[in-house]
Amino acid sequence: MNKSLVFLIAGWSGFFVMAVELLSGRILAPNFGNSIYVWGGIITIFMLALSIGYLIGGRLSIREPSLKKLSIILMVAAVSTTPVVLMSDAVLDGIFTLIQDPRYGSLISATILFFLPTMISGTISPYAVRLLVTDSNRSGHVAGLLYFVSTFGSAAGTILTSFYLVLYFEINHIVWTMIGISFLISLFSSLAGRKHVENN
Amino acid sequence: MSKTTNVAAIFLTFGIMTACYFGAADETVLHTERSLYRNIIVYESGDERCMRFTKQKTSRQTCISIKNPDYLVFNYTKMILGALYLQQEPEKILIVGLGGGTLASTISRILPKAKIDTVEIDPAVVRVAKKYFNFRITPNVTVSEEDGRVFVKRAIQKGMKYDLIILDAFDHDYIPEHLLTQEFLREIKEVMTSGGVLAANTYSSSRLYDHESATYESVFGRFFNLRLGNRVILVKNDGLPSKPALIENARALEAGLKPFGVGSDFLLPLFSTDRDWRRDARILTDQYSPSNLL
Repeated sequence: MNKSLVFLIAGWSGFFVMAVELLSGRILAPNFGNSIYVWGGIITIFMLALSIGYLIGGRLSIREPSLKKLSIILMVAAVSTTPVVLMSDAVLDGIFTLIQDPRYGSLISATILFFLPTMISGTISPYAVRLLVTDSNRSGHVAGLLYFVSTFGSAAGTILTSFYLVLYFEINHIVWTMIGISFLISLFSSLAGRKHVENN
Repeated sequence: MSKTTNVAAIFLTFGIMTACYFGAADETVLHTERSLYRNIIVYESGDERCMRFTKQKTSRQTCISIKNPDYLVFNYTKMILGALYLQQEPEKILIVGLGGGTLASTISRILPKAKIDTVEIDPAVVRVAKKYFNFRITPNVTVSEEDGRVFVKRAIQKGMKYDLIILDAFDHDYIPEHLLTQEFLREIKEVMTSGGVLAANTYSSSRLYDHESATYESVFGRFFNLRLGNRVILVKNDGLPSKPALIENARALEAGLKPFGVGSDFLLPLFSTDRDWRRDARILTDQYSPSNLL
């Protein structure tokens, strides 16, 4: 049960990151356009944030890792996404006025809005590996399975968002709903995690 | 579907494919290029030199007549010149989407004193327009290589105003999503002079028709809707002119537009104000603009 929840968190987090990345292009377009460098900036920031997130997640997993802590990370990632909905207009208009070159304008905007939530989401994968590995001989196998679930989630988030969600819903509605789902998963697994401790 | 119609459909498809194949035979490709945004193909066929962004022969971005370079090959460019019936002598003009530069070249011939700013996202298209379509940058004709929406937002900041704005930006399959939204049209309205005119080139057959119409109406109110293959939307910031005023303007411009193959007997009957779209169609916004999926 607990292992499935770890996988669920990793898979959902993968979904979340890619759905937000895809929508971020739409969020930046009104101010910075659809030029190739806008996408270049977005992908750079997401990759950079994830890479630093992996580093931090690995460090965090050393001291008393638990499903409950992983659930809290998921919730913090969701909370740190709220400025994307609440503040994006103000941030984008401000940066547009401040920075003339749309390359750096989109890069800075992407950093302000998306770096923190993506970095926090990045901590989830290595942390999850730590929770799942019980036997070092099987660590590669477990890590492979975890990457599979998380990247499969990313693929699902990409195709569902770009093919279907944008056809029916507004960008903000999609982001709010995903934040809500993160909260539910986080709440459920932290409760389940506590039960597990009691059982022990 | 019955078996016979199935077979017929296969033969029909095959027939079309062969027709396309043989259609390519009389076509001379002058230039192909994979730019940052698309494939660009320049070719000559009969008396026409054209540019297209896809391998499909049907979607041509721009064409000129080789023997008579003044003559406008496309009906949509003629319909866009119908914007002059709403305002005879625009002094400042903005064209979003350069293509071969045909519109800019034509308008600068008709109105030599007009200042024309063009915006094109793809530097390769600008080069091709200069090299193959006689597009010239002059003291009165400028090009900005950037996204149209970004240009307009900057224009608002600088307080620039245009008497005529032409929207003609297409990527390989349709108008980019962020150039179809209510917010964008409001930004366009902000850079229009009080009596300014907007001419937008779109498709008439697409499923977007209802959404696009509702979006334009939400920002500009009534508009002229010219449909002939393509669809051209004509808007005037201070309200559409009456029919007699339109006819009067058309008469005054008749001689000037004639060399380009544009006449009022062709254009005037196309001016329609019928609201022939679904009223409940959802308005396109920056939050909701799945244009390329509709």
